[in-house]
Amino acid sequence: MKKVQFQNRWIPYLLLLPQLSIVAVFFLWPAAEAVRASFFLEDPFGFGSTFVGFDNFIDTVSSSDYLRVTRFTVVFTFFVTFFSLGLALLLAVKADKVLHGSSAYKTLLMWVYAVAPPVAGLIGILLFDQHVGPIVDMAALVGWKMQIGVNYFDTGMAMTMVAVWKQIPVNFIFFLSGLQGISKSVQEAAAIDCRSGIRRFWTVTFPLLAPTGFFLLIINITYAFFDTFGIIDVMLKTQPGNDPITLVYKVYQDGFRGNDLGGSSAQSVILMLVVFVLTIVQFRLIERRVHYT
Amino acid sequence: MAIITLDKVRKVYAGGVEAVKGVSIDIADGEFIVLVGPSGCGKSTLLRMVAGLEEISDGEIRIGERVVNRVEPADRDIAMVFQNYALYPHMSVYDNLAYGLRNRGTAKSEIDARVKEAARILEIGDFLDRKPRQLSGGQRQRVAMGRAIVRKPAAFLFDEPLSNLDAKLRVQMRIEIKRLQEALGTTSVYVTHDQLEAMTLAHRLVVLNHGRIEQIGTPLEVYEKPASTFVAGFIGSPAMNIIPVKSKEGRLHLESGEGLDAPDGFGAEKALLGVRPEDLKVDFEGGSSDDALSLSMKVIAVEPVGAESYVHGRMSGVADDVVVRVPAKAEYAAGVSLSLKAPRDRLHIFDAANGQRLNG
Ligand SMILES: Nc1ncnc2c1ncn2[C@@H]1O[C@H](COP(=O)(O)OP(=O)(O)OP(=O)(O)O)[C@@H](O)[C@H]1O
Ligand SMILES: [Mg+2]
Repeated sequence: MKKVQFQNRWIPYLLLLPQLSIVAVFFLWPAAEAVRASFFLEDPFGFGSTFVGFDNFIDTVSSSDYLRVTRFTVVFTFFVTFFSLGLALLLAVKADKVLHGSSAYKTLLMWVYAVAPPVAGLIGILLFDQHVGPIVDMAALVGWKMQIGVNYFDTGMAMTMVAVWKQIPVNFIFFLSGLQGISKSVQEAAAIDCRSGIRRFWTVTFPLLAPTGFFLLIINITYAFFDTFGIIDVMLKTQPGNDPITLVYKVYQDGFRGNDLGGSSAQSVILMLVVFVLTIVQFRLIERRVHYT
Repeated sequence: MAIITLDKVRKVYAGGVEAVKGVSIDIADGEFIVLVGPSGCGKSTLLRMVAGLEEISDGEIRIGERVVNRVEPADRDIAMVFQNYALYPHMSVYDNLAYGLRNRGTAKSEIDARVKEAARILEIGDFLDRKPRQLSGGQRQRVAMGRAIVRKPAAFLFDEPLSNLDAKLRVQMRIEIKRLQEALGTTSVYVTHDQLEAMTLAHRLVVLNHGRIEQIGTPLEVYEKPASTFVAGFIGSPAMNIIPVKSKEGRLHLESGEGLDAPDGFGAEKALLGVRPEDLKVDFEGGSSDDALSLSMKVIAVEPVGAESYVHGRMSGVADDVVVRVPAKAEYAAGVSLSLKAPRDRLHIFDAANGQRLNG
């Protein structure tokens, strides 16, 4: 790349200023505020605050409730990631083989992507409604009495299903373009070298999709962790407590419903660390990632 | 090793394009067949039907005794070398060669021996641990060849394997492919649009045009006795000169008045006279003779190509330039009139209506 030298050494900083100020106002400042708040016990009615050191953190990690939510978040993330990647890959492989009407097929699948998370949550509520929900009806056919919002397992499962449904289109599009990026003649060479289509998939197609898959893995973990907030919020808002929620939702619940700002801040600081680690892992692995050309 | 038989093979693509229109070829065991023709004539389609990568719309393909129309590519016992090599980018060179054998359940020791042997023959032993992207184009080409030969298939199929290489490497690999095919004796079908490649490699050439066979024959047969004006124009460089002639009372007449006997039984009014650039000799004495036809043309330009030069000129009654091959040092000024002689036994006569060859 060609290096351009600015006459005035301040100009580059000036040009960066808008971007930097956005980062500062919308990320650094709130983050710093959260870190500060995590060391204080805030009066719920706004009458001052007391410095309590690491007490908020200690309380948070040692509470059985927090551990339960953490456990659910991990399980939830695992299932959401696994199924949204797996199903999307399956659909993409099938779509890649479709010769006629493929664009209609792709468009239909893409529609879901345009649905906002809270709306997806609403649709989820409809699907799992106690009285009119078709999925509940179907479960009833096989003798399973689903009780969303009452039964912990049923609720968790409904949330997972809606979250998976919402994420499939993104994964699908990435996988499909990944598949279409694989050279046709490489696949033909494989067809001559290997009779079994399934074996061909695992030995040639899948490894060549790995860069896409890895990228999506990180995206999906982040999604399940953070972006499912809207779905959870809509699905649980009207329901009684003791429901499965994720760590992000707990931050909100404790902070704004429970008015425990200090504890909530401590939780968000922990989440920030998680994101930080995820980011490092991502960069490390992406750097080492082979890029096939 | 096997004979390959194509019996009235047709290919109609979805959308109605008829790419191959009833092609029959008998390929002998160990024969090197080259399919040659202009872009879009259906060469690749034909080859891919033999490979099983394209469905056969009609007709029958047999490899050995077996009809393979419904046989999967992997079960046809063929190996293919692609134009862009189609190496597996995520596998080492070793694995690229071994992949096809592993999937066929060949013993590990046998695989290792075959890969090493192929690597030795193709001189790629030093790269076995590398990924394809760490190789040059020529090296990738060798790996692609290696992947074909380790399998010891009944037939090799090549689809323009050399067209991505530079000119020098192309000549080198051409010789190597020829040597390799002779040593292994494997039946081969090779697709190219490069007539020089076709001439040098083939035991027999199949000249295709618009999905039909124009001519099958040894390179020399095709060169010496092209079956049609299409073949005459396609094989040989510069192309054969085609001169329109009128037929009257058993004689063919040029515009200059020169004439020759029409082939037996030829009754049409018009014919085409073909003469290769190297068969036209500059005639310094002038005057007509019994064993050669006299022609004259006006020089437009001289094209030196090193060992020889091509003189382009205009001849009355001929739409295209007439080209004469002359020694390198010969010089001709533009505008001068040149007398030429064409030996009568080197003339080709074609039907003006359908372009078919008329003389034996
Ligand atoms: N998948 C396809 N669908 C429809 N038509 C096709 C398809 N593949 C090839 N054709 C058509 O079939 C004809 C023959 O194509 P083919 O690829 O066999 O030509 P070719 O002789 O190999 O040409 P080239 O030298 O350019 O590779 C062409 O007219 C082409 O447009
Ligand atoms: Mg082709």
